[in-house]
Amino acid sequence: MSNHLVVIPAFNEEANVASVVADVRTSLPGFDVLVIDDGSADDTAAIARHAGARVLRLPVNSGYGVALQSGYKYAVRQGYAVIAQMDADGQHRAEFMPQLLALVQDGSADIVIGSRFLDQDGHYQPSRARKIGMSLFSAMASRIMRQHVSDPTSGYQVMRHDVARFFCSDVYPADYPDADILILLHRSGFRVAEVAVQMRMPTGKSMHAGHKSIYYVYKMFLSILVTMLRPAVEKRA
Amino acid sequence: MDIRIRILTIGGAVCILLMVVELVRRRKLKEEYSVLWVFTAVFILLVSIWFSLLAKVTNAIGAISPASTLFFFGLLFSLVLLLHFSVRISSLERRLTALVQEVGLMNVEEPDGEQAQDEPQPAHVAEPAGVDR
Repeated sequence: MSNHLVVIPAFNEEANVASVVADVRTSLPGFDVLVIDDGSADDTAAIARHAGARVLRLPVNSGYGVALQSGYKYAVRQGYAVIAQMDADGQHRAEFMPQLLALVQDGSADIVIGSRFLDQDGHYQPSRARKIGMSLFSAMASRIMRQHVSDPTSGYQVMRHDVARFFCSDVYPADYPDADILILLHRSGFRVAEVAVQMRMPTGKSMHAGHKSIYYVYKMFLSILVTMLRPAVEKRA
Repeated sequence: MDIRIRILTIGGAVCILLMVVELVRRRKLKEEYSVLWVFTAVFILLVSIWFSLLAKVTNAIGAISPASTLFFFGLLFSLVLLLHFSVRISSLERRLTALVQEVGLMNVEEPDGEQAQDEPQPAHVAEPAGVDR
């Protein structure tokens, strides 16, 4: 057993999960792999197990944030020191993880986000509506945090165990973590860093696609507002 | 106020009171939830019987008919009750989510072809008390 864990939340990803797990096991041999099957109706769990991943199955579909938080809880209880996370739809490539990991290991950041937009090579082109929402909230997060945040929506991250432990509590916005969680981390004294990564364009539906974009904008505004209104949470409570 | 509407509101308030007491007696309604209902029924009863109070309240809030004062407070009560239910549902959802996660965490499946001895020893790492309420 390693003390590094990759958490991969998956909902009806039987087409992609095997290649994602294989990618992680090839590129990151030092990591244990945990797939969170978020109440899939298909064979996601069996295929992930066959590909060599441990599988945590949620009995009912509970959403991306809840699935991720289950992974954090597992990691904290099992005593993992470093927790990485990737999406199961094949957008993320494990080969970039060592660059993120380096920043956590040398102690310069508590959580590192893999950003699609940091290198500005335009390899990733979201739809116009999403682009407007993403740039709006990254601008807000950057202003509040006084540091450049280019991709707060990215689910490609690596964090120290105390960040994961922080995420296990009720402070985590379990329905849809985004710019609000970065602001919360900043206010709680964690250091957030970004590293440029390449991502593939999503092939199928995104886990976020179910959210109506108007609700997304509303929810993010409200969430950032109440995060700012709440007293800062002490990180080592 | 017309005697007919007074009979109606007094009768309605008494009915609500009796139903709430009966539901609590049969344990179909928790005492906690009965508070808002009893409060409103008593309020309606009070102003129906003690008409000069209703007239004063009507005058104070600028309404014309005492009946519309009753309806206004009835509507206000309904909205407060709905908000209360939204809060309860949110709380129930959070608790359900925590339970769903616990069920998942109780039996994490090992990869195919690996034995259970890979199961790491549970580490005693404190997790912040997550679920209050």
